[in-house]
Amino acid sequence: MKETFTKGMARNIYYGGSLFFLLLFFALSFDTVSELPDRDNRQAINESVTLGKKVWEVNNCIGCHTLLGEGAYFAPELGNVVKRYGSKAAVKAFIMSRPKDGVPGRRSMPQFNLSEEELQGVADFLEYVGGVNTENWPPNIQG
Amino acid sequence: MKYQSQSIAKLYFIAAIGLFVGQILFGVVMGLQYVMGDFLFPYIPFNVARMVHTNLLIVWLLFGFMGASYYLVPEEAERELYAPWLAKLMFWIFLVAGAATILGYLLVPYAELAKLTMNDLLPTMGREFLEQPTITKIGIVIVALSFLFNVGMTVLTGRKTVVTIVLLTGLTGLAVFFLFAFYNPVNIVLDKYFWWWVVHLWVEGVWELIMGAILAFVLIKITGVDREVIEKWLYIIIALTLISGIIGTGHHYFWIGAPGYWQWFGSIFSALEPIPFFVMTLFAFNMVNKRRREHPNKVATLWALGTAVMAFLGAGVWGFLHTLAPVNYYTHGTQITAAHGHMAFYGAYVMIVLTIISYSMPIMRGRTANGPKAQVMEMWSFWLMTVSMVFITLFLTGAGILQVYLQRYSDTPLGFMVVQDKIELFYWMREVSGVIFLIGLILYIMSFFVKHDDEVTA
Repeated sequence: MKETFTKGMARNIYYGGSLFFLLLFFALSFDTVSELPDRDNRQAINESVTLGKKVWEVNNCIGCHTLLGEGAYFAPELGNVVKRYGSKAAVKAFIMSRPKDGVPGRRSMPQFNLSEEELQGVADFLEYVGGVNTENWPPNIQG
Repeated sequence: MKYQSQSIAKLYFIAAIGLFVGQILFGVVMGLQYVMGDFLFPYIPFNVARMVHTNLLIVWLLFGFMGASYYLVPEEAERELYAPWLAKLMFWIFLVAGAATILGYLLVPYAELAKLTMNDLLPTMGREFLEQPTITKIGIVIVALSFLFNVGMTVLTGRKTVVTIVLLTGLTGLAVFFLFAFYNPVNIVLDKYFWWWVVHLWVEGVWELIMGAILAFVLIKITGVDREVIEKWLYIIIALTLISGIIGTGHHYFWIGAPGYWQWFGSIFSALEPIPFFVMTLFAFNMVNKRRREHPNKVATLWALGTAVMAFLGAGVWGFLHTLAPVNYYTHGTQITAAHGHMAFYGAYVMIVLTIISYSMPIMRGRTANGPKAQVMEMWSFWLMTVSMVFITLFLTGAGILQVYLQRYSDTPLGFMVVQDKIELFYWMREVSGVIFLIGLILYIMSFFVKHDDEVTA
């Protein structure tokens, strides 16, 4: 390796290889973004979904839950929660019902004191995420 | 120490270790919350503890990388740092901004913090690892740019080596990809797609360049092997890293709405991601075996070998375990992910920072290496932390396998919380391992305070 494979060759592979795969990555990303309109359920985005995403973010829901499998693993997956609970009303009822001081000895979601509009937004946001084409993930309704 | 301005690294390293302690304390709190769900509720809910745990990790590793750069760049460039005052100023700005952000997480509800910091003007909060208020993110950009300017000017006006060029490339990438933290569309798929441009292209891309450069520097110093040889290895490692890792981003695009072809690209390229880590292990052991000098700092050598091995296990092997799309379909977002995350971050990034600290701190304190007593204590801390991290990973993997089976794979899948109760034993054992890690960390800090009457002055 000492004589046949020089530092210069290693350097060229580094620069050439990185550049090539970076460009390929950009090309694939460009293609992905142009395919997304048929996959990402963007037609469902409205004012309520927009508000819902904001409520989702400023309460750091991702700090306990996963959404499409990403986030923390302390609490259930929420990408399919509307389907799992059967309705948006059930999701809203759950969020509203959380006891302020938690449940003795158990994990419990905090009481966020959301307004009706915010609750509706979160439910609409989660329903919108549930409509994304995720290649049939998660494997079953339990998430 | 050849140049006066290298000593600025000391500030950064002390801050890094201090924040490291905070990170582990909150890790132990979270581990307890996994088994005693109401622990500290509602004062420090799990999501807050987790934010503190992960954000402290990122911040202290950044302190570590900056400290490493300030130490090694003047020595490599053979000149003083371009602007030592700027490095000191940025240290305090970063420390104050970091501390204020963490206190913000702890003292006010997150929604309140969002309001206080006017998140509505440019909403960037509430996404995993990027929870920092927008104003903090802007601060990070300013600190990163000043740091890059300072290091860049030092490199460009001094001797240019492969180590500094690779380091500079990595640091530039770090700053550039962070800018995607400011892109937060309502469209969840676009949001997630580009969120990974920060997260993946950091930890499985440019950070590996930084790690490789630091490791190469330390190996040059402690083994005395010819620079030409080490630089060739470094090029091979980072070439393999980027060739596999860039398209390897695809392993995050399987189930978030991106096209199905990512299952092929992501699986194939990320299956190659262990290779650069394996080469890094070969590299470290080869160089130490071919060493031309017996450096008295044995424990720094231990860290250098340790980081190569643990990065390979954590990032390479544990990453590969769940990276193929058909496997990931079941493991995505379970404790398997957590297991991989813990050992990968510890092995690759925690340990590389501890390696450069272990090598450079004695020099900055006026000796080539610490005395035998301090070194032995540091070695104990190495083994305690490393072995307990292996067990944390194994217990989380056990929990993850059961979780996958009970919740996703069996004919009668059970609900999330039902499964969590069933795998509680593994969480208890993880918590015990976490406490042992904390003991190792305390020992690590104590090793800095061992008296130096028996110091080696080789």
